Amino acid sequence: MRGFAPWLFGAALLLAAGSAVAVEPDEVLSDPALEARARAIGREVRCLVCQNQSIDDSAADLARDLRILVRERLVAGDSDDAVRQFLVDRYGDFVLLRPPMRPSNYALWFGPPALLALGGVAVFIYVRRRGRGAVPLAGLSEAERGRLDHIIADEREG
Amino acid sequence: MTGKPARLLFLLPVLALGALVFYLAKALDPDRDPARVASALIDKPAPAIDLPLLETGGGRLTNADFGGEVVLVNFFASWCVPCRIEHPILMELGSKHAVPVFGIAYQDKPEDAMAFLAEFGNPFRRVGQDASGRMAIEFGVYGVPETFVIDKTGRIRMRHAGALDDATVEETLLPLLTELGR
Repeated sequence: MRGFAPWLFGAALLLAAGSAVAVEPDEVLSDPALEARARAIGREVRCLVCQNQSIDDSAADLARDLRILVRERLVAGDSDDAVRQFLVDRYGDFVLLRPPMRPSNYALWFGPPALLALGGVAVFIYVRRRGRGAVPLAGLSEAERGRLDHIIADEREG
Repeated sequence: MTGKPARLLFLLPVLALGALVFYLAKALDPDRDPARVASALIDKPAPAIDLPLLETGGGRLTNADFGGEVVLVNFFASWCVPCRIEHPILMELGSKHAVPVFGIAYQDKPEDAMAFLAEFGNPFRRVGQDASGRMAIEFGVYGVPETFVIDKTGRIRMRHAGALDDATVEETLLPLLTELGR
């Protein structure tokens, strides 16, 4: 049990590290409601320099500039959607970490569920056919039954 | 159960594998850079530029400076290493091909940007200062250098992220400029 505590501590440290954000104190808005909205937007906006991080996670200069821009627009009274649209107009859908649903990316959204459904249908058909395939084996014709009786009778005598 | 359709079903996995191989092979294409994303502004009007000129004496760089010509707009900075690499190409575009090139000094001190141009030559007709980097965001710039082609009607027709190279200039940029009627 004593050997377990350091591991727990280490795991807790790792978890804490995962939630660290790059938002610097001088960027934080004094209005906590606006700051919360800015964080919610920032988590979903891609940093275009280090492309697999959000602007909230990234220490890149451009990410900082975008965080400040998001806050300025919120302070100016923009809605969350308007702020996101502002970024999409300039950087494209790629700037959003969660891609919006559009005809051009229906394959992305519906492809995996469609494949799963297709697999389900295939399994269903396979199982049903296998079950039905056993039925025709059930009966013997009159002639077959007669022959079988004959063979059994023969064996009893022999 | 033993008819032709049932037997053709066995081809299905083979076809699926074929499709998978096709797309994976496409993704492995060495020329494909997944980090390179097309600009959202292609074929859209260029953002309204309004920047203080780098050159002393005041004045501002605006879209009116393009004078209805096909122009290049190049975001650069004195602190940017790839900008130094691409600089000779900009010089050549300006002198040999007589392309009007406009510069935007991105998050740079004016004296540093001017020292940079004094040292390596100035390929730009005019240079605007984008100290805050806001104009770059308007253009959807990821990082310097980036080069935009703006046509006679003021629309963005091409964006090149990163240093221009001879191949891009010869195979893409110059043919596009010709097509746009320079």
